[in-house]
Amino acid sequence: MALYEHLLIARQDISAQAVDALATHLKTIVEGEGGKVEKQEYWGLRGLAYRIKKNRKGHYVLLNINAPSGAVIELERQLKINEDVLRFITVKVDQFDVSSNKNRRDDNETPRAKPEGEATEEAA
Amino acid sequence: MSYGGNREGGRDREGGRGGDREGGRGGDRDGARRPFFRRKKTDPFSGANAPKIDYKDVKLLQRYISERGKIVPSRITAVSNKNQRALANAIKRARFMALLPYVVK
Repeated sequence: MALYEHLLIARQDISAQAVDALATHLKTIVEGEGGKVEKQEYWGLRGLAYRIKKNRKGHYVLLNINAPSGAVIELERQLKINEDVLRFITVKVDQFDVSSNKNRRDDNETPRAKPEGEATEEAA
Repeated sequence: MSYGGNREGGRDREGGRGGDREGGRGGDRDGARRPFFRRKKTDPFSGANAPKIDYKDVKLLQRYISERGKIVPSRITAVSNKNQRALANAIKRARFMALLPYVVK
């Protein structure tokens, strides 16, 4: 078993629920091959740095996978077929980066984080 | 975007072209060519709480690409040889995943 970070971009036209369904589908693939998805992170609809297949935006999904290599091969095979997926990358890592989600939150979840901060201030 | 070390880069290039390093072995001539003291810069990725090079960390990587989208040479950013290779790799991965541009026109 090895640790992999898997990042994929889904087409901008599909809904967030569809992305979620896709992620759970991928999870079942990995689990079917005897692996495990340790963490699933949805980065939201982000602007792409350049156009990919006429798309200017894309849904980013990060999966931290602990699985044998066969699972990754199967996962990538299925993603190549899937037309909703623009791009994906799988990187083998020694350990999962704990701070990886922190980087994302800066871009996407600051509006959500702010009310939380205000709430704690009110409580105090 | 500022690299904070443009002069050093400029001097390096000059030295390489003219073969000045051999000529400046005498010392005093080299001293005359350097009117100001240049602080030795350290690798931003070495040390106790240095950031980890990660292709997903767009904010970090953006500091090491030029306005045109090119990777900035290590002689300007003072990144060590080993870390520069890792950095280049991370930038290329980020480009593939459309987190960073290949070119900025």
